[in-house]
Amino acid sequence: MSDKLIVAGKEYNSRLIVGTGKYKNFEETKHAVEASGAEIVTVAVRRVNISKPGEPMLVDYLDPKKYTYLPNTAGCFTGDEAVRTLRLAREAGGFNLVKLEVLGDQKTLYPNMPETVEAAKTLIKEGFNVMVYCNDDPIQAKILEDIGCCAIMPLGSLIGSGLGIQNPVGVRIIVENANVPVLVDAGVGTASEAAQAMELGCDGVLMNTAIAEAGNPILMARAMNHAVQAGRDAYLAGRMPKKRYADPSSPLAGLI
Amino acid sequence: MINVTINGDAHRLAEELNLTDLLAQFDIESDKVAIEHNLAIVPKSTFARVMIGDGDTLEIVHFIGGG
Repeated sequence: MSDKLIVAGKEYNSRLIVGTGKYKNFEETKHAVEASGAEIVTVAVRRVNISKPGEPMLVDYLDPKKYTYLPNTAGCFTGDEAVRTLRLAREAGGFNLVKLEVLGDQKTLYPNMPETVEAAKTLIKEGFNVMVYCNDDPIQAKILEDIGCCAIMPLGSLIGSGLGIQNPVGVRIIVENANVPVLVDAGVGTASEAAQAMELGCDGVLMNTAIAEAGNPILMARAMNHAVQAGRDAYLAGRMPKKRYADPSSPLAGLI
Repeated sequence: MINVTINGDAHRLAEELNLTDLLAQFDIESDKVAIEHNLAIVPKSTFARVMIGDGDTLEIVHFIGGG
């Protein structure tokens, strides 16, 4: 059965996108990404440390030819900063697919939606394929789709919080309204929550901290890989209806 | 000598030079970075033609781990 995630016209077998931050070292990053089965990895754009030439770089451990690099705008609190960052990212990597996030404040890292919308418009006009981090508001999500974002990525809960999906109803409505992929981005803390996102009908899940800050990141990466697949299969299969009373699984006929 | 700002820090360069030579001087592989020169992004294909002058500001960035 062919069940691929399609983002901006490109097909992916894995519906899990993983971040590459917060790991102990590049070796651990590499093994966790491999265990996750992810084909898309998010990366940040930062200054090169020119005082330490020859330092190992992420690209030495995760081959950009093997993985789709998804540059983010983490740390950007205005649309202009985000656009500037992604223009540089496009030049550094030579790809148009980007993750836009414009943050509102340090404490919550909640998205600043007016800035996000303006930045998305600019980027789309310049030919970027924009996967956009947003709040769990279905109206806002629709606005982002209408201006041309290629994927809508509502938060499950605050970035790095591990609080799971706080507003499953909102996420579900976003999924029902959308004609582009919807991915829960941020908040997933453990495997059951990744499965929950998929059972809600999301097209994928994006996470970083849940894996990187697990006791055993590589094992958790594998758990997330399975959870996303299990949740997707459960969604496609269609769950049984809930009932208020028991319904025996063994037939009553022929009882001794 | 010329004075330039690279990634927020002041540097003195012995002479005016182009971006390809600058990267070589700092032992940075050009295919792994992007450069902003006085707030304008420089296409990689033109690194060898873009000269750095006195007072210029450069940002040299690359990809690092992030979520």
